[in-house]
Amino acid sequence: MTDLTRHTAAELAAQLADGTTTSVAVTQAHLDRIAAVDGTIHAFLHVNPELSLAAAAASDARRASGKPLSDLDGVPLAIKDVLVTTDMPSTSGSKILEGWMSPYDATVVTRAREAGLVPLGKTNMDEFAMGSSTEHSAYGPTRNPWDTDRIPGGSGGGSAAAVAAFEAPFALGSDTGGSIRQPAHITGTVGMKPTYGSVSRYGAIALASSLDQVGPCSRTVLDAALLHDVIGGYDRHDSTSLKDAWPSFAEAARSGAQPGSLKGLKVGVVSQYAGEAFQTGVMTRFRESLEMLAAAGAEIVDVSLPSVEHAVAAYYLILPAEASSNLAKFDSVRFGMRATIAGGGTVEQVMSATREAGFGPEVKRRIILGTYALSAGYYDAYYGSAQKVRTLIQRDFDQAFASVDVLATPTAPTTAWKLGEKLDDPLAMYAQDIATIPANLAGIPGISIPSGIAPEDGLPVGIQFLAPARHDAKLYSVAAGLEALLHAQWGGPLTSQAPDFDTAVPTQSARSVSPTQSTRGGA
Amino acid sequence: MAKAKLMDFDKALELFEPVLGFEVHVELNTTTKMFSSAPNEFGGEPNSNVTPVCLGLPGSLPVVNEQAVRYSISLGLALGCSIAPSSRFARKNYFYPDLAKNYQISQFDEPIAFEGKVDVELSDGRIVSVDIERAHMEEDAGKLTHVGGATGRIQGAEYSLVDYNRAGVPLVEIVTKVIYGAEADAPELAKAYVATIRDIVVALGISDARMERGNLRCDANVSLRPRGQEKLGTRTETKNVNSLRSVERAVRYEIQRQAQILSEGGTIVQETRHWHEDTGATSAGRPKSDADDYRYFPEPDLLPVEPSVELIEELRAALPEQPAERKRRLKAEWGFSDLEFQDVVNSGLLSELVATVSAGASPQAARKWWTGEIARIANAADREPTELITGAQVAEVQLLVDEGVLNDRMARQVLEAVIAGEGSAREIVDAKGLAVVSDDGALIAAIDTALAAQPDVLEKIREGKVQAAGAVIGAVMQAMQGKADAARVRELVLERAQA
Amino acid sequence: MSDISEDRVRHLAGLARIDLTNDEVTHLTAELSKIVDVVATVSAAATDDIPATSHPIPLTNVYRDDVVTDDVLTTEQALSGAPEHDGSRFKVSAILGEEQ
Repeated sequence: MTDLTRHTAAELAAQLADGTTTSVAVTQAHLDRIAAVDGTIHAFLHVNPELSLAAAAASDARRASGKPLSDLDGVPLAIKDVLVTTDMPSTSGSKILEGWMSPYDATVVTRAREAGLVPLGKTNMDEFAMGSSTEHSAYGPTRNPWDTDRIPGGSGGGSAAAVAAFEAPFALGSDTGGSIRQPAHITGTVGMKPTYGSVSRYGAIALASSLDQVGPCSRTVLDAALLHDVIGGYDRHDSTSLKDAWPSFAEAARSGAQPGSLKGLKVGVVSQYAGEAFQTGVMTRFRESLEMLAAAGAEIVDVSLPSVEHAVAAYYLILPAEASSNLAKFDSVRFGMRATIAGGGTVEQVMSATREAGFGPEVKRRIILGTYALSAGYYDAYYGSAQKVRTLIQRDFDQAFASVDVLATPTAPTTAWKLGEKLDDPLAMYAQDIATIPANLAGIPGISIPSGIAPEDGLPVGIQFLAPARHDAKLYSVAAGLEALLHAQWGGPLTSQAPDFDTAVPTQSARSVSPTQSTRGGA
Repeated sequence: MAKAKLMDFDKALELFEPVLGFEVHVELNTTTKMFSSAPNEFGGEPNSNVTPVCLGLPGSLPVVNEQAVRYSISLGLALGCSIAPSSRFARKNYFYPDLAKNYQISQFDEPIAFEGKVDVELSDGRIVSVDIERAHMEEDAGKLTHVGGATGRIQGAEYSLVDYNRAGVPLVEIVTKVIYGAEADAPELAKAYVATIRDIVVALGISDARMERGNLRCDANVSLRPRGQEKLGTRTETKNVNSLRSVERAVRYEIQRQAQILSEGGTIVQETRHWHEDTGATSAGRPKSDADDYRYFPEPDLLPVEPSVELIEELRAALPEQPAERKRRLKAEWGFSDLEFQDVVNSGLLSELVATVSAGASPQAARKWWTGEIARIANAADREPTELITGAQVAEVQLLVDEGVLNDRMARQVLEAVIAGEGSAREIVDAKGLAVVSDDGALIAAIDTALAAQPDVLEKIREGKVQAAGAVIGAVMQAMQGKADAARVRELVLERAQA
Repeated sequence: MSDISEDRVRHLAGLARIDLTNDEVTHLTAELSKIVDVVATVSAAATDDIPATSHPIPLTNVYRDDVVTDDVLTTEQALSGAPEHDGSRFKVSAILGEEQ
């Protein structure tokens, strides 16, 4: 292991700028780290050292000629496999897309490349981002660096674990109901879901179009903001893309970290997110963070969002409905897997056999549920009602934000659970998203940052902040303010406290799949 | 395919009232597709005019073509429709290999245009008003080619090939309300309605409107109800009707077929039927069933279309004249007799004449070509005149006549060559050396030779039997292999007689 | 209570073109019954006077100019991921149903 992997993206950028290090050295250090630990963690589905090192060398050449593409030129980046890339396979964690090479790059990937970021590889995820544990990946689960018998959260468990295990300084994720924020909470990292429409969805393999949003994963708030600055902004390829002129999020994070920035901030604590469902240690750390904010001059008030009671139900109608349609394109005609049938079969039979063989159980469950919710005679009661609940939740948020600047909640009810523990109980798994889902339904931004370690199990816990739509900068500022106080207490990012697992032998859980099934190593 | 037993048409009308409805799909001639920036062209190299959106590649997203929206509003206004202050796209979900995403982006309960009315003129000049229920925007599907099996049809094929060049081409679907009272005019009304829609979109300049190329497609709904009964009968929906003539024939056929079945105590199956131009019959397709659960829902990747009042009024002000008004104007401009004009209208050739005249031909010459030679060739080939040649091509032939390069006979020859695809009229004239001999010297020499063989001709002319010149003209034309201007030869012969 | 039966699950799987095994049908029927009971509670919360929200951030009239862009793929790129093609078109086995 080299020290370079312990640095934040901001620190690496500074070292690249002053010539202390090179992109090749930084990239090689992360590739070495991946080689050392990813057999255990399985955060990556695909890495291609040659490709990464070539991109790193090109970056060094630009730096040498005094023409870096951006401040971050040469910093390595992990990319969630939901984002399509022309030089690495894009599978969205599904067997149905095994080995598929996209002829185009996702807009966020294009922007990362244009900023000189060095792609390290594609990270593991629940199949088509359906899940909260990354156990629904067709290529085997990712393990939590804090305890490799436990899940890393989901669907973006790969990106979160890669960052937590120092395999990458930051990563791209996607968040439909918490897939960036919940893994951040579970792995002691930072995850931001931007305002709907502020980051392009073009090239993000769609789960639920009206909920999906791409965002950054990192170990610090500033790194998330730096990455957000690279990927955000209007894209003509995405009709839902906002044309707003966004402020610098990195600037917001830097100024938020200054002493005194939290003075006068009004923080609303959502009363609905407490009680039995929430683990003791989660609530302990949450309250401590609130006390810290108050001590720094923030005003803490109680806020009620009565309609979030229906959020999970509405979400599990809207998401399956949209997903059932979005996933119809996986039919064995233009791309992806095709099942063979004895005697050839009709195209209808081939499609049905392909989708039977290519989709995992959670994907089938949600497609059937979504098909049901949209069926003739059920639309009004299910999909139509769910869209109305969305209106109610938006109204709740509007009312709350009329009196507070941001809302605070525990990011998720519990710390990381054991692999396999909730696999046979979909409803228990769905309940994990209770605090993250409302932001997707309302389109507002949300960020999760580490708030400490639960005393009872030694696992990380996160706090979530929510802001009104388009106020993403406010979140970076507030999160950076609290983070600065916490880092002062901890002596650095929470991830520094993670136990070393390098020599740990993975315990084979019932569902684990050998990492040799992955496409690691490239073509 | 065996023709079903058909009842005599007049008998069918005695027993039943035909009830009609039409769904016409118009392909818009925008530069790019409805939701992708791929060229709106097909017929070239398969799968060459596609973006990730047309192929429904993972991660791809649709973005609406503004021009297609403007065209759709213009069409809605021309159909006398109200334009919705807010309309939305919806997904129509069904699996089919030509549908890249396995859903079609269409409009469902919030179409862009609704509640209109179109006046349709029948061949005897009567006007029938057809109520329009809605016009909505949607995207076309790709093109399937069925390989193997005897007919190239879907049945019996071994495999199919898919070209997505057409996938995503902008369509407007125009849906009529139920049409009652057409009676014996039903087949003609069907044809006249589609011709009117065609004239409207051509006048708007928003579609190439070539039925044989699928730019304009008609699904005809036909049902019968026994005289004196109030309840509507079961309807069939006939697809694949690719010419004005077949619209008329298909409706007539369905009336006769259904009447026969009903009169025998049978029942009509609610189904899609396919029209076969070759056999002049329809065949049963897919029965409508509750399996057609399209699970429509608002397209989450697209936003509502909310045209401003200013935009609607701007487009309304730019509308071309109504078809009936246009006809009155053209008839006056061209100076046609009632009979001449009606002949053109009934042949569905009005737009072709406009194109021919605007390319430089005189109205009478344009009329003669289209209702004469071209109609004859089309009839012999069992095709539509419009499929054979364009107005500009016809005008080019006529201009060569006007310039004296071609005589009538040669012009017909050139026209046939143009239709056969041998090139432009001028290219053909050059290639075949087809120009009238205008050198009087050569003509006089040929006349001398002919007069030597028929010495009594000049005498007959001088006696007043001018028609005797015909024998000499014929001989000269033969000698010149047809490349002489017959009128000039005649002049020269008459001059000689008076000398 | 939900009306999820094995027959309905089979019908839905047909619409969704997934050739479920009998075991999967049995399993899914039980699971979906429970899930539907939970999600169906939304209809109680949604009264007639509440408008539906289909887009979290409301926008209207989002259009593209009618201009060809560099997003157009070559035929080779278009076919690059195809399970089967003939050099210019995607190849599929015989089609049972009718054209739509």
